[in-house]
Amino acid sequence: MIMKSGSNLEKILSGGQFSVTAECGPPKGTSAKVIQRKGELLKSYCDALNVTDNQTAIVRMSSLSGCVFLKQLNVEPVMQMVVRDRNRLAIQSDILGAVALGIRNVLCLSGDHQKFGNHPTAKGVYDIDSMQLLQTLKQMRDEKKFLSGDDISGEVPLFLGAAANPFADPFEFRVTRLAKKIKAGADFIQTQAIFDVPKFIRWMDMVRERGLDQKVHILAGVIPVKSVGMARYMRNNVSGLSVPEELVDRMADAKDAKEEGVKICLEIIEQIKEIKGIHGVHIMAVVWEDIVPGIVEKAGLMPRPAVSDQAGI
Amino acid sequence: MIVGQQKDFDEIKKMISAYSRILVLGCQTCVAISFAGGMREVEILASMIRMDRKMAGQDVEIKEEAILRQCDFEFLDSVKDLVAGCDVVLSLACGIGVQAMAERYPDKVILPGLNTTFMGVTEEMGIWSERCAGCGDCILDKTGGLCPIARCSKGLLNGPCGGSVNGKCEISPDVDCVWQLIIDRLKALNQLEKLEEIFPIKDWSVSGHGGTRKIVREDLTA
Repeated sequence: MIMKSGSNLEKILSGGQFSVTAECGPPKGTSAKVIQRKGELLKSYCDALNVTDNQTAIVRMSSLSGCVFLKQLNVEPVMQMVVRDRNRLAIQSDILGAVALGIRNVLCLSGDHQKFGNHPTAKGVYDIDSMQLLQTLKQMRDEKKFLSGDDISGEVPLFLGAAANPFADPFEFRVTRLAKKIKAGADFIQTQAIFDVPKFIRWMDMVRERGLDQKVHILAGVIPVKSVGMARYMRNNVSGLSVPEELVDRMADAKDAKEEGVKICLEIIEQIKEIKGIHGVHIMAVVWEDIVPGIVEKAGLMPRPAVSDQAGI
Repeated sequence: MIVGQQKDFDEIKKMISAYSRILVLGCQTCVAISFAGGMREVEILASMIRMDRKMAGQDVEIKEEAILRQCDFEFLDSVKDLVAGCDVVLSLACGIGVQAMAERYPDKVILPGLNTTFMGVTEEMGIWSERCAGCGDCILDKTGGLCPIARCSKGLLNGPCGGSVNGKCEISPDVDCVWQLIIDRLKALNQLEKLEEIFPIKDWSVSGHGGTRKIVREDLTA
């Protein structure tokens, strides 16, 4: 099979296996240890780890450097890249460096608005949007050309990811937007965290109706909830997250909230695995990475498939 | 129109503190409509300055005037004598008016009494909102007459992002998601298929990122 990037994630997904990815947030500081600890913890439980890019617009160590630390541990990174913080020059130059450093998966995002972060008075860049970021990287990979049309020397082997949020509005247009992202170049999708499974199922029905599940690998996002406070916070404060009341009640009534959170997460994964067109799960255990190995194990997703080192490119 | 908002009085006070002969000069066009820099606002601000100086036991001589358009050189000569008789002009025009005055009266200090906020509309009495970013390459034909550059918080050309909920933007429940409005309008116009296409990367060089903009019309120049 001809590979676009030869990444583990690409091999596993194109081999038809159910994939597991997780999120790994870089530190608000200069030590590599945080990333290294998360990498060691998760390496045998996940096929690749997403390194976030100034997530929620809070300044952290760059995604690219986090990815490099993971690479050094033989953990495969997914480099997240937001268009909030860089223009087309910076984007393309960061991509050249990332490819040279062995990064093969890139997740293309708009980025949370700077208003939410710790530099709310910053100027947002948004020179191009996330859709156009996909187009840009696809062109760099497939045509070996910069946006300007100039030639790129060397290969740009990338497996391109995008986000999809079935829980934002307007609901029907969310499928159109997914179709556009596929057209723009998305090879895989990592969705917003799913709590409202019936709504996700309705979205996936529409995705399959348009045959989009045949054109892209969809990894369903989940967040293990640690406390009822976290559940309430996400319900009230995070735009585009749908947290059903029933879930908040379960967390409130639970004797052991953490245990209940894991249980809920496992139930969601169980239902997601049954949905036709879902090719993997993406676990975003925000400040609770330690729970990921247990979840992967209990969800029956171990062992992770061994991937041959032979790059197919 | 250009919408302005008067600066905090404390900031204005600080700006004019070194001067005792002040011309407060309004503009009767856009900023008068947004109740920020018309003759009425000139009179109120002038009174406030007088009162403030009186309380501080300081002398001040204030002249009040408003001209039809401070952005237009041909109207600026009418205040020649008033300008000559003051130490400083506190302009209540938009930034264009302030600069036109500074250009016309190079020896005089011209200070801004307003913040020029945006190009927009009066939604209702007392409420103004932004409509145009002056990007230099209008796309309203493709977006149902609603501008995502001026009105999407991220300026997305292929929105809406994942933060659009119940028609509102993720940054505030008081801000409409313009992409929701675009979709609703194109749906009503039976043109939703327009949004199936990916909007191409924009040329920002015409929006000011290519350097200060200037238009020269050969057919009109002498």
